[in-house]
Amino acid sequence: MSIRDWPIKRKLTAILLLISGLVLLLTSAAFVTYEVVTFRQTTLIHLATRSQILAANSTAALAFANEADATEILDALKYDPHMVAAALYGQDGRVLATYPAAGAADLIPPAPQPDGYRFEGGRLVGFTPVAQGGNQRLGTLYIMSDTKAVSDTLRLSAIIAIVVLAIAMLAAYALAAALQGQISEPILALANTATAVATQQDYFARAPKFGEDELGQLADAFNQMLGRLEEQKKELQQHATRLEQRVAERTEELEHRNEALRRNAAELLAANTELDAFAYSVSHDLRAPLRSIDGFSQVVLEDYAGQLGDAGRDALQRVRAASQRMATLIDDLLKLARVTRAEMRTERVDLSGIAREIVLDIQRATPDREVDFAIAPDLEAQGDTRLLRVVLDNLLRNGWKYTGKQPKPRVEFTAVDDNGDRVFVIKDNGAGFDMRYADKLFGVFQRLHSAAEFEGTGVGLATVRRIITRHGGRIWAEGAVDQGATFFFTL
Amino acid sequence: MNPGKILLVEDNPDDVTLTLRALKSHNITNEVIVAQDGVQAIGLLFGSKDRPAPAELPAVVLLDLKLPKINGMEVLQRIRADERTRLLPVVILTSSDEERDVIDGYSLGANSYVRKPVDFVEFTKAAQQLGLYWLLMNRAAPSPRGP
Repeated sequence: MSIRDWPIKRKLTAILLLISGLVLLLTSAAFVTYEVVTFRQTTLIHLATRSQILAANSTAALAFANEADATEILDALKYDPHMVAAALYGQDGRVLATYPAAGAADLIPPAPQPDGYRFEGGRLVGFTPVAQGGNQRLGTLYIMSDTKAVSDTLRLSAIIAIVVLAIAMLAAYALAAALQGQISEPILALANTATAVATQQDYFARAPKFGEDELGQLADAFNQMLGRLEEQKKELQQHATRLEQRVAERTEELEHRNEALRRNAAELLAANTELDAFAYSVSHDLRAPLRSIDGFSQVVLEDYAGQLGDAGRDALQRVRAASQRMATLIDDLLKLARVTRAEMRTERVDLSGIAREIVLDIQRATPDREVDFAIAPDLEAQGDTRLLRVVLDNLLRNGWKYTGKQPKPRVEFTAVDDNGDRVFVIKDNGAGFDMRYADKLFGVFQRLHSAAEFEGTGVGLATVRRIITRHGGRIWAEGAVDQGATFFFTL
Repeated sequence: MNPGKILLVEDNPDDVTLTLRALKSHNITNEVIVAQDGVQAIGLLFGSKDRPAPAELPAVVLLDLKLPKINGMEVLQRIRADERTRLLPVVILTSSDEERDVIDGYSLGANSYVRKPVDFVEFTKAAQQLGLYWLLMNRAAPSPRGP
């Protein structure tokens, strides 16, 4: 696990221990080094001092070349366990006495070397002049001691240093462990609070604050955030509640509207059914009296022709004409009503085909009138076949009718594309109409020509418009008097 | 001239007068029996408690649809339901040209459906054609014998 991932406690403790350890180590090392260096010097000085004392004591022995005395003097060195060897050289440089008395030949240099003390190969050696008075040199004292004292001291110091180090580190660890809590406790508390909030969505929890330092600030900021979150949560809940209320209200409204719509639909259905029944009885009940009127007028005309006279006959003819006209009006009205309530079945309708059939019909019915019908091919639309047949029948027959006075009557059925819409066009070169009354064209029973000019009930175009409207389309017309009329419709 | 009778089922007395006149004006002299509502018509065809069923059936029935008591469609159903009269020619003669009536009429077994025109001249022409066709040209099924 990398250092980054260590828990904070461990990190803090580790840092503290590292620092204290380093400090202790450096201090100890310095101290030990100082100790050792100083001790060496001291040892050297001791040796020098001892040498000089010994040298001073050896003047007599050297002066008289007294071997026995010299040996005895040197023998005093046995009381110092660190003394390895010593020797007195006479003036001639010959060894007078040694310590130890025998068997130290390899330890003693054959001739005196220059005066001075030095460390040599793990031992301390020194050459001291033995002099009498001030300047009369009698000989040289050679002394060699081991450095065990130094190494002992070194070892001792090192051991002490290590022990101290250990104790100090322990103490440091204990203190660190105890005191790092000052830093880590607040952090851990904060971390725990954060985790609790995140996992349990508990926005009421708050981080404990341990002091006014940056951690305390952090805790404050965190708690503020939590407070804000709590508020926002409350606000959201309120919003949600309000939304729910509004949704409930709207739903209720919608249901009311739906109810109203359903009621409307039911009423419409009822009205339609009534209309159905009405149309049905109209077709019977209104026609029967008309039949009687016409019939009995004719009876009178036939049976009492002689007694009537021209005026009488004329009157009765008018009566007959009027009742027949009324029958036609009733029929046309019935057709209009049927168109409104008929069920629409939408499918692909071949308008050109239907138009051609209608033209054939017209031509068969009135072979004596020649009218040029120009039907464009492949005209199609989506709609109810029967109703569209009514439309085309009406419009084409109108075209045929109103060109009655033209020498070269012509009726065209085409389509154009206008802004993506398909517009069907039926155009004739007949009597046309005054554009000022264009809006009356499609009204029920509205006519722009008298019955004397052209027969008709004025219901045809109203029927056509109703059918077009049921198909979701528009119909309009353009024309000029005696210059023909053009009818446009979309589906 | 075929001695066959015509049964005219019609509730409107004006229409009865006019129809009779129309038939007469074209020299159709066959006897015309008139029933003024559905119940009478059925009585005339099948008999009632007042009189027995007639020995002879009419050659053709001219049936109006809108009749009081029992309407024309029901009469037609009764006619077609009875073995005796199942094949009897029935011409629906009515003011209505509602599609529903035409379809129902043929579905119930009418032989023909004629809309009565308002124009009396046209009406007499239609009556003539009907008479000529159903009484002279058309061969009805033979009357089943027996009680």
